[in-house]
Amino acid sequence: MFTPHTDAEREEMLRVIGVRKLDDLFADVPIAKRYPKLDLPPALTEIEARLQMEEFAFGNNTAQERACFLGAGAYYHYTPAAVDAIIRRGEFLTAYTPYQPEVSQGTLQAIFEYQSLIANLTGMDVSNASHYDGATATAEAAVMAYHHFRGKRTRIILSPSLNPQYREVVKTYMGGYEGIELAGENLDPLGNPDDLTALLNDNTALLIVQYPDFFGRIYDFTTVIEKAHQFGALVAVAVNPMAMGLLKTPGAMGADIAVGEGQSLGLPLSFGGPYLGIFATKKEYVRKIAGRLVGETADTEGRRGYVLTLTAREQHIRREKATSNICTNQGLMALAATVYMSLLGKNGLKEVATLCYQKAHYAADQISKLDGYEVLATAPFFHEFVVKCPQSVEETNMHLLANGFLGGYDLGNDYPALSGHMLIAVTEMVSKEDIDDLCEALKEVNNG
Amino acid sequence: MAEATIYEISSKDRKGFRFPACDVPETPLPAGLLRDDLPMPEVSELDVIRHFTNLSHLNYSIDSGYYPLGSCTMKYNPKINEEVARLPGFAFTHPLQPIETVQGNLAMMYELQLWLAEICGMAGVTLQPAAGAQGEYTGVLIIRAYHQSRGDLKRNKILIPDSAHGTNPATSAMSGFEVLGIATDSKGNVDLESLKASLDDTVAGLMLTNPNTLGLFDQNVEEVVRLVHEAGGLVYGDGANLNALLGIVRPGDLGFDIMHFNLHKTFSTPHGGGGPGSGPVGVAKHLVEFLPFPVVGIIEEGDEETPPLYGFVKPEKTIGRMKSFHGQFGMMVRAYNYISMHGPDGLRDIAENAVLNANYLLARLRSTFHVPYDRICMHEFVMEGHLDDAPDVHALDIAKRLMDYDFHPPTNYFPLIVHEALMIEPTETENKQTLDRFADVLIKIADEARKTPELLHSAPHKTPIGRLDEVRAAKELVLCCWLPEKI
Repeated sequence: MFTPHTDAEREEMLRVIGVRKLDDLFADVPIAKRYPKLDLPPALTEIEARLQMEEFAFGNNTAQERACFLGAGAYYHYTPAAVDAIIRRGEFLTAYTPYQPEVSQGTLQAIFEYQSLIANLTGMDVSNASHYDGATATAEAAVMAYHHFRGKRTRIILSPSLNPQYREVVKTYMGGYEGIELAGENLDPLGNPDDLTALLNDNTALLIVQYPDFFGRIYDFTTVIEKAHQFGALVAVAVNPMAMGLLKTPGAMGADIAVGEGQSLGLPLSFGGPYLGIFATKKEYVRKIAGRLVGETADTEGRRGYVLTLTAREQHIRREKATSNICTNQGLMALAATVYMSLLGKNGLKEVATLCYQKAHYAADQISKLDGYEVLATAPFFHEFVVKCPQSVEETNMHLLANGFLGGYDLGNDYPALSGHMLIAVTEMVSKEDIDDLCEALKEVNNG
Repeated sequence: MAEATIYEISSKDRKGFRFPACDVPETPLPAGLLRDDLPMPEVSELDVIRHFTNLSHLNYSIDSGYYPLGSCTMKYNPKINEEVARLPGFAFTHPLQPIETVQGNLAMMYELQLWLAEICGMAGVTLQPAAGAQGEYTGVLIIRAYHQSRGDLKRNKILIPDSAHGTNPATSAMSGFEVLGIATDSKGNVDLESLKASLDDTVAGLMLTNPNTLGLFDQNVEEVVRLVHEAGGLVYGDGANLNALLGIVRPGDLGFDIMHFNLHKTFSTPHGGGGPGSGPVGVAKHLVEFLPFPVVGIIEEGDEETPPLYGFVKPEKTIGRMKSFHGQFGMMVRAYNYISMHGPDGLRDIAENAVLNANYLLARLRSTFHVPYDRICMHEFVMEGHLDDAPDVHALDIAKRLMDYDFHPPTNYFPLIVHEALMIEPTETENKQTLDRFADVLIKIADEARKTPELLHSAPHKTPIGRLDEVRAAKELVLCCWLPEKI
């Protein structure tokens, strides 16, 4: 399809190689297994392929055509046109990992700026070039803490209000490490974060909390972090970077590591990926970060330039002694977030975070006035909150869907005790009218 | 000239984007939980576009030139893939929507699972892993879970040929395995004696890249697989080099138990300057129940009038979740479209032309450069970037000099078993004129190496920047362009 040779060219090339036919190039492949008949549909042209893909795409409902109140780790925000215009440039899109810095300064400087922006947004000293997503970045924090204590501390405390998928991934990742004990699962998910401090001991390598937490609540973790430090443990805070336009940073609270899902920084929902794993830490741990880092340096003539640095930690050099097998980052997604953060800048990032906060609070306020609904607001929240519904969340959402809404997340999926509870997210993409209409629809559900 | 950083072009109070006014009554912000300062750039939209456009001009890319990077499969990334991945029906679907509202996505994913299984002769596929390295991790965790489920707890070793990618040993170690290296024989195959000597009932499996990183198809591959199976181990196939095998042979038919795919290599999804990748994993029948969750399955069978209902299923003995949600969905859309546009014959055409191009370049270069394992290669080959009559010139010098001729260098100093390695993978999408030009330039550089070696030592000369001081970068560790305390 995209192979350019003419028959004449192919003949000439075979002649230069010194074989008669293409088949001669595959003599090493066991003959009985050679050229399997693949049961796949015949090739489509570009015109036909596009139609086919459009048909799949039409088979979905989207957050764009409905007012979206679904979040729980992925959020429908606006992506400015400039973001896609930049990441579609072939020079960024079709470049490899920047191993040859002389011809990769574009990618390298963009990552360097990404690192700078993330460090400043989270209040940390250094950021890496990114991980796959929020869940794997969180798991990498656990791996880093394990190695930091050379495997001598084996307890990792996970807040019960950490995104359940992040917890599952941490569990998978730590499965290969001897004697790791994951604590915190049995605590009340809607309890107070101070409860976590009772689990700290001298064997604790890492405490992981989320901010805003999975239920949208925000806390100042400063004293929790201080207590963890008294036991010599590290603390990782999983953040929503969108909230950092407004809220106190994990860095200001004394966190050792900030991780998070960067999707809200200008990446489309895209059914869950590709997203962006944020990983930032304190200067003293910089040599323990997994994944890529870009550093500033100069060329032979003293001109400023950028290179991948501290590569001696990585798998292609240390092989089985490396602390991570990670090769890539989410390069293009990090670029998208860099463009997004640059464009919105100091003013826009605060503005969009404030809009999310205000609209969410208006929605919570309105829903709390509805008969049968209860908003569980035991703590301040950012742009997501828990609603106890009079009917099952599934039924409620079916009705909402029929009325043009993507309803909230069914917390009963992950927390049996919270069946009948819905997690509602509100972003700048919904209007007051959408919220008022949502309330009307919720009323109808209650009235049967 | 170096491009200023985004912080350097910032101007206080400049704005780049406006949001609509707040249309709801305001709630007080949470006092005590607010940040004091937001040290972010302040630039206009044109500032941003110009800055990143200028940066893009400092990059080499497939769209701008030939990129023969070994084991990376830098083939053309079709533009139509970018269009379809951005269809609103895909781009604006939330991963947690009710399955009834995302049947288009799920049907596509389900079919892609089947197609990848068919292409590689496997029984089941997970699309979840985020990249090749995570696919490997998934595979090795499956190996571990398989032996544990049988109560076979003494298998604590993974065998890895010395020609393998660095990720293989790193992945095995992460999964709690001891790594044992296996030698390569004089023909570039797995050394059968070395393999036999290492096989016993403590071996969990072998990670095999075939074709290997020398670009050679292992001539004893069936015997290797048989020996490992006989010892009770599983065979993992590293799919980095799958481009050579499409429609030629299926790893599953050769007896491989597990393999990963790199959608960003074989199936043309763009590398994006280092990600996103996508690393689905295929397994044979006896391992399907260990796949990570969720996988896409049929929840309710369809009939003539109604299509089936697709949804997510959790394999019975799953190793768990590898990442959030369902994988790098946008990459799946591109790969699906790419496979659709090829069909069975088109896939075989990819492999045949990739192998033809590599052998053609090898034929044109073997009289100039030493090729240590010189036989018909697959999609890539490895030669020495060192000439007997130019002793001071190294592979790195040749690599850098290539940039002056507007080529991206091949992978260098890998695989480790070849002295001064230059690993060249032309891919199937390059035409003969490009290959000839590349061969001509390499032959010319060999001549320069003998006559004017200093020209190579100081290369590149025509790039936006010269050779960079990597020692200084690691020593000074300047990792941010601007932090508030520095001002």
